Amino acid sequence: MGGRNFTVVVVLLGLIVLALNSLYIVRETERGVLLKFGEVVDPDISVGLHIKTPFVHMVRKFERRILTLDAPTQRFLTIEKKPLDVDFYAKWKVIDTQKFYTATNGEEGRAEGLLAQRINTGLRNKFGERTFHEVVSGERDLLMTDLTRDLNQITTSEFGIQLVDVRVKRIDLPSQVSQSVFDRMKSEREREAREHRSTGRELAEKIRATADRQRTVIGANAYRDSEVLRGEGDALAARTYAAAYNRDPEFYSFLRSLSAYQSSFSNKGDLLVVDSKSEFFRYMKQGGSK
Amino acid sequence: MAWNEPGGGKDNDPWGGNNQGPPDLDEALKKLQEKLNSIFGGGNKSGGSGNGGDFHLSAGVLGIVAVLAVVVWGLFGFYQVDQQERAVVLRLGVYHETVMPGLRWNPPLMDEVNKINVTKVRGITSRGQMLTEDENIVDVALSVQYTVSDPANFLLKVKSPELSLEHALESSLRHVVGSSKMDQVITEGREQIAIDTQQRLQSYLDTYQSGILVAKVNIEDAQAPSQVQDAFDDVTRAKEDRERLKNEAEAYANGIIPEARGAAQRQLEEAQAYKEQVVARSQGEAQRFVDLYDEYRKAPKVTRERLYIDALETMYSDATKVMVDVEGGNNMMYLPLDKLMEKSAVARPAGGSEPDMRQLTDKVIEQLRRDSQSSRREGR
Repeated sequence: MGGRNFTVVVVLLGLIVLALNSLYIVRETERGVLLKFGEVVDPDISVGLHIKTPFVHMVRKFERRILTLDAPTQRFLTIEKKPLDVDFYAKWKVIDTQKFYTATNGEEGRAEGLLAQRINTGLRNKFGERTFHEVVSGERDLLMTDLTRDLNQITTSEFGIQLVDVRVKRIDLPSQVSQSVFDRMKSEREREAREHRSTGRELAEKIRATADRQRTVIGANAYRDSEVLRGEGDALAARTYAAAYNRDPEFYSFLRSLSAYQSSFSNKGDLLVVDSKSEFFRYMKQGGSK
Repeated sequence: MAWNEPGGGKDNDPWGGNNQGPPDLDEALKKLQEKLNSIFGGGNKSGGSGNGGDFHLSAGVLGIVAVLAVVVWGLFGFYQVDQQERAVVLRLGVYHETVMPGLRWNPPLMDEVNKINVTKVRGITSRGQMLTEDENIVDVALSVQYTVSDPANFLLKVKSPELSLEHALESSLRHVVGSSKMDQVITEGREQIAIDTQQRLQSYLDTYQSGILVAKVNIEDAQAPSQVQDAFDDVTRAKEDRERLKNEAEAYANGIIPEARGAAQRQLEEAQAYKEQVVARSQGEAQRFVDLYDEYRKAPKVTRERLYIDALETMYSDATKVMVDVEGGNNMMYLPLDKLMEKSAVARPAGGSEPDMRQLTDKVIEQLRRDSQSSRREGR
């Protein structure tokens, strides 16, 4: 009785082992290759649960998702022989598992090594045909799509790899070149700063000069107007005097002379030496008699 | 060969029946309970419990274990999806569905549930020096906020979506900055660069089917590199200097022009005053003359005589005088004119104690004036 139960357990275990060996799952994120004694019999197993003959078939699985190749910095020369430090990354995925397995033995690291080599060469050629300016700004997109397209054909046919995208992350100048760029930037800024300051002085001088001119003009205009006013006053006064004094010019000179005498000798310091024969003293000698 | 052909769906699934499990399970449980009772009864008879010595019990024990395993298995299938999350379910490795929030059940071991937060805003930052179109170097720092918009793609299409985002960000930012002029980057063009970077970044991420939605790209800082920062700051200072100089000049202008206007107004007012004064005086004096003249015409001789004598009287009374009453020019007369002048001139400033002198002279003058007035009155 014990023996029977034991056998059942052993058989069950054996069945489980067999089941585990014959059942396998290819996940959504994977690609599987079915090998029969090392020979590829199904290069692209669909995802899901599958059965295989244990010990005869073997399954190799590869990544189905998009993978990233992050390359170390490389130095490339542009057409003007300017050195540039370039960092790039590539997005790739396995599309032909048979070729991929054949070319790389299914190792991602090896695949990336091969890709990096190809991309380096491609980039070196592309950079060598272009100017610095084209590489940095103008033609980045074109350069990259060209390169991706060209390389994609090769990698697809040779490695079973689809090159989704190749992008340059950073394009930098080597440090000794950057120093000269910094120097140039500095000098440009110094020029600009000087220009701003002198423009400021120019503006200030203009404003001051305009102000001074306005002041002078205002003063001169005021002088003119005031002189005109004074002249008008003088003229009016002269007309008034003339109209009055013309009635008897002789009487006017008489009156005016009298007042002039008075104001001329109004001081004790004024010394008059008077002859008694003058009109004023007419009665001084003759008394009251005539 | 495959049980689960891509188009076949889950009906072919060997364990698919478990989804419709509950009624069968109930029946099975009832049967189990009956069996259990009988087994325990048997156990008591034998007197040994859990010893495993009685092989009659083994089938029953196995049954219990199997049932318990099924129950536990079933319980492990329950899970909760939070409001912020979506769960990506893989059935036997195949993408099955994306589950919405709530209490969910999926057969464990067979289904793999990956919960991913889709509302949380995640962020990464990046900072670095990069070349601009005009071959200058700028220092740019930016942050990106993103959410997972497609959890299935996020999980299944790209191996490391976050790393891809970082790479794509570096590439797109440098591309955009590399196509812009430095002045734009560090001044008003920032906003545009953020927008362009966001578009470009999103298009890269869409190419990779990363399931990431870029919510916002913020340029946090864009400035000249530290090596040339001083020169850039000096430009800013120079701009300020320019404004300062201009303002100072304007202050000067604003100071002098109104003053000049004021002075001009004063000049005009003075002239106007002069004019009115002169005119008024002339009118007054003319009228005085006319009035006097009218009277003079009525009695010319007397009036003339009176005026003459009045005038001379005033004149003589004020001035120093010397009368010479000598007939003919025979006799020599010595007049010390210079002495007389000196005396009258020196008389005032000379003096010892000044206040006393002044008071004294004031008194004397007062006295003299009174005398002269009284004498004049007497004279008339």
